[in-house]
Amino acid sequence: MSDKMFMQALGMGIAEEMRIDPKVFLMGEDVRASVYGAANGLHDEFGDERILNTPLSENGFFGAAVGAAAVGMRPIVETLTSFMWVGMDQLVSQAAKMRYMFGGQATLPVVYRAVMYYGGGSAAHHSDRSYPVFMNIGGLKVVCPGTPADAKGLMKTAIRDNDPVIMFEDGTLLATRGEVPDDPDFTVPFGVANILREGTDVTVVAIAGAVPHAVAAAEEMAKEGVSVEVLDPRTLVPLDKNAILNSVGKTGRLVVADPAAKVCSAASEIMSIVGEEAFWDLQAPMQKVASLQVHIPFTPSLEKLVYPTKDKIVEAIKKTMG
Amino acid sequence: MTANISKDTLMLMLERMWRIRHFELKLTEMYNAGEVGGVHLYIGQEAVAVGACAAMRDSDYIAGNHRSHGHPIAKGANLKKAMAEIFGRIDGYCKGKGGSMHLADFSVGILGESGIVASSVPVATGAALAAKMQKMDFVSAVFFGDGASNQGACHESMNLASVWDLPVIFICENNQYAVTTSYKDTVAVEHISDRAQAYNMPGVLVDGQDAIAMYEAMTQAVERARAGEGPTLIEALTYRFEDHSLGLEKIRKSEYREDSEIDEWRLRDPLDLLTKSIVDSGTATQAECDAISAGAHAEVEEAAVFARNSPFPDESELYKDMFASEMPVV
Ligand SMILES: Cc1ncc(C[n+]2csc(CCOP(=O)(O)OP(=O)(O)O)c2C)c(N)n1
Ligand SMILES: [Mg+2]
Repeated sequence: MSDKMFMQALGMGIAEEMRIDPKVFLMGEDVRASVYGAANGLHDEFGDERILNTPLSENGFFGAAVGAAAVGMRPIVETLTSFMWVGMDQLVSQAAKMRYMFGGQATLPVVYRAVMYYGGGSAAHHSDRSYPVFMNIGGLKVVCPGTPADAKGLMKTAIRDNDPVIMFEDGTLLATRGEVPDDPDFTVPFGVANILREGTDVTVVAIAGAVPHAVAAAEEMAKEGVSVEVLDPRTLVPLDKNAILNSVGKTGRLVVADPAAKVCSAASEIMSIVGEEAFWDLQAPMQKVASLQVHIPFTPSLEKLVYPTKDKIVEAIKKTMG
Repeated sequence: MTANISKDTLMLMLERMWRIRHFELKLTEMYNAGEVGGVHLYIGQEAVAVGACAAMRDSDYIAGNHRSHGHPIAKGANLKKAMAEIFGRIDGYCKGKGGSMHLADFSVGILGESGIVASSVPVATGAALAAKMQKMDFVSAVFFGDGASNQGACHESMNLASVWDLPVIFICENNQYAVTTSYKDTVAVEHISDRAQAYNMPGVLVDGQDAIAMYEAMTQAVERARAGEGPTLIEALTYRFEDHSLGLEKIRKSEYREDSEIDEWRLRDPLDLLTKSIVDSGTATQAECDAISAGAHAEVEEAAVFARNSPFPDESELYKDMFASEMPVV
C-alpha cells in the first residue's frame, strides 16, 4: 500500500497494464504532455509509439480506437466528458452498437477515459456529468470510481475488459488521497459495489464525486445516533443491484447522491429498481440528491447551489428518518 | 488494356460482379413480392467494389456503408449468409440483428457497414492504425458516397491518416447523388478527389464503371499503403442505375435526374464493359463469360432458398451480443 492521489492511481493502473500488454496504447489530445495529469510519466516510459498525440478530431480518433480494437489492439482514449459530445457518433453508432449489430462478431476492448471536470467555475461547456446518457445507450460499460484505490483497480479491469468501457474520472476527486495497493495483480471487479461504511438505519448510495460527501454525512449522522450505510456502486453498467437491494432490505430507507443532473440520472435508475423490486422493504419515501436540472453557471454564487453536498445528503437522510 | 491482369483475376472479378448483380436483381424481385424491405441497391456500381477488392488480400480489411451488399460480396462473403441476414434469419451473418445495411463478415475482413453515413470511415482508419502499430502489412479500405464525403468524420479521418501515414484507402463512390441531391450542389471543388491535396495525399479520379481501371488504381494505392507511404483517396465516378432505395420513387414528390442521364450511364454498364474487355482481348470467350453469369445466378437462387428456409432467431437471442462478457444487461 502507498498513499496516492486519485489521479496518480489512475496513471499507475495505466502504466502497469501497458507494461504487461504491448497491445495497450494511449491516444488523445496533448497526452504526451499529460495536461490532465493522469498520464504523467507515460510518454517518458512508453515513448512516441504507444503514447499518441491526436489532432483535435474527436469523431475521428474515437472511431479510430474502435477500428484498432476491432482488429486486435487495446486502445485507451483520453478525453473530457464535455468533448465526448463531439465524438458521440463513434461512441454510440460504432463502439456501443457494433458487437450487437454484427451478431457478436466484433470484440472491442477500448477504454474511453472521460475526465469529468465540474465545480470549478468552468461554466456549462466544461462541466458535464454525462454517465447516465451512456447507461441509457447500452453496449458500453460505465465506470465511476469514487476512491483512489478503486481508480487504480477499476482502470486495470477496464483495460483488461473485452468490451468498450467509459471511465468517468471525477474532477472533484482527482486530488483526493488514499491508500492504494502497489500489487500489480490488484484489480477491482466490475459489477461489485463497495460498502464504504456499514449501517442499519439508512442506505446512502453515492456515485463518483458524491462519495466523500456521503461518507461525511454518515459521520455527522452517527453523532446524532443514526447509523448510515454508504454504498458506492463503482460501476453503473454493470450495476450491482443485489448489493443495493440487500442494503435497503436491511435499512428500509434509501438516499441516492448523484452529481449528474437529476432528470434521468443514475439515481433515477437506482430508485426505479428499488421501487420495482423492494418497495415493501421501504419504510419511507426514497430521496434523490442529484444536481439541479440546470446548465452549470459560471458564477460561483450560483454554481455552488447545483451539486450534491454533505448538507443536502444529511437533510435527505433526516427526511427518510421522519 | 488487360496486359497486367491475370485471367484468373479478370474472371474472378466478372464472377463477383455477376454475383452482386444477380443478388440485387433477386432482391428487387423479392421486394416486389413483399418478401424484403426497401433496401439500397448497388446495381451500376459493381465495378468499384469488385475492382478494389480484387486488388486486396484476404487478410486486408474493408468497411462499407448503407449501400453495401456489393462490398462484402466483392470481398468474398457467402451469399447464403448475406441473403439470410437481409431476411432477418438466424443463419445470417449477424444472426438477423444487422440486416441489409450491416452485412458484416469479420472472417473475410469486413469490419462492418454503417447505416450512419460516413461513420465507418474512422473505424477503417483505426484498423490501419493497428496495422501500423503492430508493424503488420495488412491495409484497410473504406467505401463511402459523395454525400458522405461532406461529413466531418471523413475529413477528420483523412487528415489523421495522412498525419500518421496510415495504410488506408479512402474510396469515394461518387454516384452523383445523395438521395436526390446532386454532389454538384454540395461539393465545393470540382472533383472530390481534389480534396486529397488538402490532406497531402494522392487523389485519384477513376472511371468507376471500369473494373480494370479500378483494379489498377487500387493496386497502386495498396502498394503505397503497404510500403508505409500512407493513404490514398480514390474517387470512382459511377452511377446507381436504380433509385436511392427500393420504393423511394413511390414516396418522393419530384424527379431529380433526367431519363436521358440514366440512359447514358446505362450504356456504360460495368458488366458489359468488363465482358467486352475480356472477350476482345481474347482472354475468354463470350460463352465462358455467360457461364459465369449463369453460375452466379444459380448461386443467388440457392441463397434465396436458404434464406427463406432459415428460421427467425429465437427469443433467447434478444439480449445476446450486447457485451463480450457474461453479465446481465439490465
Ligand atoms: C448521418 C446520416 N445522415 C443522413 C442519413 C440518411 N441518408 C441515408 S443514405 C443518404 C445519402 C447518402 O449519399 P451518399 O453518401 O452519396 O451515398 P449513396 O446513397 O449515394 O450511395 C442519406 C442522406 C444517414 N443515414 N446518416
Ligand atoms: Mg451518392
